[in-house]
Amino acid sequence: MRADPGSRTWRLASSPHVADTVSCSRIMLIVLAALLPVTVWAVVNMGMLAVGLLIACVVSAVGSEALWNWIARKPHTIMDGSALLTGLLLALTLPPRTPLWIAVVGGIVSICLGKMIFGGLGWNLFNPALVGKAFVAISWTGVLSEQVVPGGWYRGIDVSAPTGHDAITGATRLAIAAADKAAAGAYGFDTTQHYVPLLFRNLEGSLGEISAALLILGGFVLIATRIIDWRIPAGYIGTAAVLSWTFGADPVFHVLAGGLLLGAFFMATDYVTSPMTKIGRFLFGCGCGLINIVARLYGPGPEATTWAILFMNGLVPLIDRLTAPRVFGWRKRNG
Amino acid sequence: MVKSGDAVLRGQLIGEAQGPISANVHSPVNGEVAGVYSIRLLSGALAEVVEIAPHAEQDWDSFVRIDAAEDVSETLRMGGIVGLGGAAFPSSVKLHSSHGKPIHTVIVNGCECEPYLTCDDRVMREWPERVVAGARILGAATGAKRVVIALENDKPEACEALLRHSRPDVEIVVLQARYPQGAEKQLIYSIIGEEVPHGRLPASVGVLVHNVGTAAAITDAVQLRKPLVERVVTVTGHVGEPANFLALIGTPISHLLAEAGGFTAEVSRIIAGGPMTGTAVANLDLPVVKGTSGLVALTNADLPPAVHADQPCIRCSRCVTACPMRLQPYAIGIHANRSDWEGIQRFVPLSCIECGCCETVCPTRRPLIQLIRRAKQVLMSKGVEA
Repeated sequence: MRADPGSRTWRLASSPHVADTVSCSRIMLIVLAALLPVTVWAVVNMGMLAVGLLIACVVSAVGSEALWNWIARKPHTIMDGSALLTGLLLALTLPPRTPLWIAVVGGIVSICLGKMIFGGLGWNLFNPALVGKAFVAISWTGVLSEQVVPGGWYRGIDVSAPTGHDAITGATRLAIAAADKAAAGAYGFDTTQHYVPLLFRNLEGSLGEISAALLILGGFVLIATRIIDWRIPAGYIGTAAVLSWTFGADPVFHVLAGGLLLGAFFMATDYVTSPMTKIGRFLFGCGCGLINIVARLYGPGPEATTWAILFMNGLVPLIDRLTAPRVFGWRKRNG
Repeated sequence: MVKSGDAVLRGQLIGEAQGPISANVHSPVNGEVAGVYSIRLLSGALAEVVEIAPHAEQDWDSFVRIDAAEDVSETLRMGGIVGLGGAAFPSSVKLHSSHGKPIHTVIVNGCECEPYLTCDDRVMREWPERVVAGARILGAATGAKRVVIALENDKPEACEALLRHSRPDVEIVVLQARYPQGAEKQLIYSIIGEEVPHGRLPASVGVLVHNVGTAAAITDAVQLRKPLVERVVTVTGHVGEPANFLALIGTPISHLLAEAGGFTAEVSRIIAGGPMTGTAVANLDLPVVKGTSGLVALTNADLPPAVHADQPCIRCSRCVTACPMRLQPYAIGIHANRSDWEGIQRFVPLSCIECGCCETVCPTRRPLIQLIRRAKQVLMSKGVEA
C-alpha cells in the first residue's frame, strides 16, 4: 500500500511551506519600469547628453558595488537590481550638461558612502542616490548650476528672466521664483504659465524634471501595484501644497517644479530609508514636504528636496520607535 | 498497558495519560498488538507507540465504551478527546482552564485553520447535528450564556447544513475568510471584540474555543461514550483524488496517500497539517496522530525558494503589515540573527503565534519564523515572561 515505493529524496524545511511571488529583484524591476517613461522622455528630448549621464551613473554605481564586494570578499549583490536603481535615480537628479566625471563620482559616492559602508542593502540610513547627489551638489555647486540655463539647455522656452537678480546665474524657473519671492514678496512672473511645460516638457532642470506628468504616472503605477505606500507621497505632496499655499506661494507650481515629485514618489519611498509603520510613513512624508517647502522658500540655495529627504531619513529610527505598534494583547506600544 | 501479542478491541484503552497535559489513547481497531516501542512522531517528539495488526474483519459500529461519568470533563478525559484543530490540547484540561473565572462564551471554531485544508468544512457539512450538539454540551458544561459556531464566508454549504440543524440557543456566525481567522486569539477578537492579554488563556476574557471536529467528538464521547479513535484528515495537493478521509488514529501516512490515489507529480514534500504551520514529513511510515488535520503533497514547483538568514532585510514593511499580532517580525529577525536577547525583548517575540504570514510575504526570503522560534526558545529558557 506504499504510495511511494522508490527511494525518494524529500525536501524538508520548517513552515511556512508557501510564499508570495514578490521577490526583491521583481520589486526593483517594477520600480525601474515605473521610471522608464520619464527616462525615455528625457533621452528623447535631451539626446546623447542624457544617455551619457545615465550610462555614467548606472555603470559607476553598479561597478563600484561589484568592486566593493570583490575587495571585501563578500557575495555578489549587483543582481538584486538596487545598485542599478540607485544609479538611475542619481542620473535623474542631475542636469543634462553635468560633466560625466562628476556623474561618475556621484555614482561611486552613492554606492560606497551611501550604502556599502553601512553593510550593504538594507543597512543604510540615508537614501544612497541622494547621498551621491548631495555630495556632488556641495562639491561642485557652481559647476552643477551652470549646467542649468533659463530657457533650457539648448533652445529657448520663453521664460522672462527676472530683473534685478544678477546674482543668479543660470537658475531654473524654480530658483528664479524662489529668489523673487524672497526678495520682493511676489513672483517676478506668472507661475500659472509654467504648469504645462512643467507637466510635459521642461528642459530647464535635471533629467527627472523633464515631465511631472510622467513622474506622477510612474508613482501611481507603484501605488497601484502596492510596491510603495501611498502615505508617503500623499503626506509629502499634501503638506507641500498646503504649506506653499499658506506661505502665499502657488501650490501647483511648487508641487510640479523641481525635484519634489521625483523625491515624493521615488526617493522618499525607498524601503530601506523610510519608516516601517503606516502612521510613521505618513508622518515621514509630511516631514519631507514641510522641510522641502520651507527650504525652498526660505533656504539659502537649491537642493531643497535632497536635504528634506536626507534629513527625514535620519529621523526614521526615531519615527519607528515612536510609532511602534501596540502588539495584540498588550496595553503599551512594543518596540 | 498492553504488550506484544495482546488482543485489543476497538475503543480499548491502550495508553494512559501521564502528565497534566496528556491524553488517553484507545485502539482504533480490533486486532493484536504487534509491538510496543519508541519512535519519533511527526512533531519530532520521542514517544512510545503501540503497533497493532488489525484483524481482517472489522465491525466499525461497535467499540468498547468509556465508563459512564457524571461530569463532561471526566468523560472527555477518559475518552482521550483532544483539540482536533491541530494543537491536540486535551479538551478536559481546557474545560478546567478557567480556574473559576466564569465562561460567558463558547466558540466552536469552523474557520479552518489553514489554506488547503477542508476537514473542518467537511465535518460541518457531514455532521452538522453532532457539531451543534457538541457546542450545546460545551455551553451547558461551562454555563456559558452565548454559544457560537463560527465559520468563514467561503463555506456556504457548511453554513446551510448548520442552519438546518441549529437550535435557538446556538448562534451561527459567518466571518470573513482570511488567514489566520481560525487562530484562537484572532477568532475570539472577531467574535467578542476583546484581545486575549499576552500570556493569558482565552478563559481570562471569559471565552472557551473548541474546533468543530472536537465538538463532534465530544458529542460522540458524551452521547455514545465513544473514545477518540478516528478523525477527519484532508489529503490534498498532487494526489490522484484529493479528499477528506475519516482516518483511524495510527493509520500510516503512506496508506492515506495511496487511498487518495497516490502521487500525480514529482512530489518533493509532504506536509502534515497545512502549508502555513505544518511539518514536513521525512518518513511516510509515521502514523496519523490526533492533531494531524491534513496531508499536503507538494512538488518543487509549489515550494518557495529556500530561506537564508544572510539575506538582507530591505525594510519593505510587508511583514509588519501582514502580522495578525501587530508584531514587527523584521526587528525580531534582525535581533535574533545577532543573538541580541536583551534588545529583542521590546519587540515581544513571545507574542508570536507562528502563523507564517511574515515569512510568506518576505521578498528576500528571510527565515523569519525560524528566527522568531529561536528567540522564543532562548527567552523561555531565560524565564522571560514578556
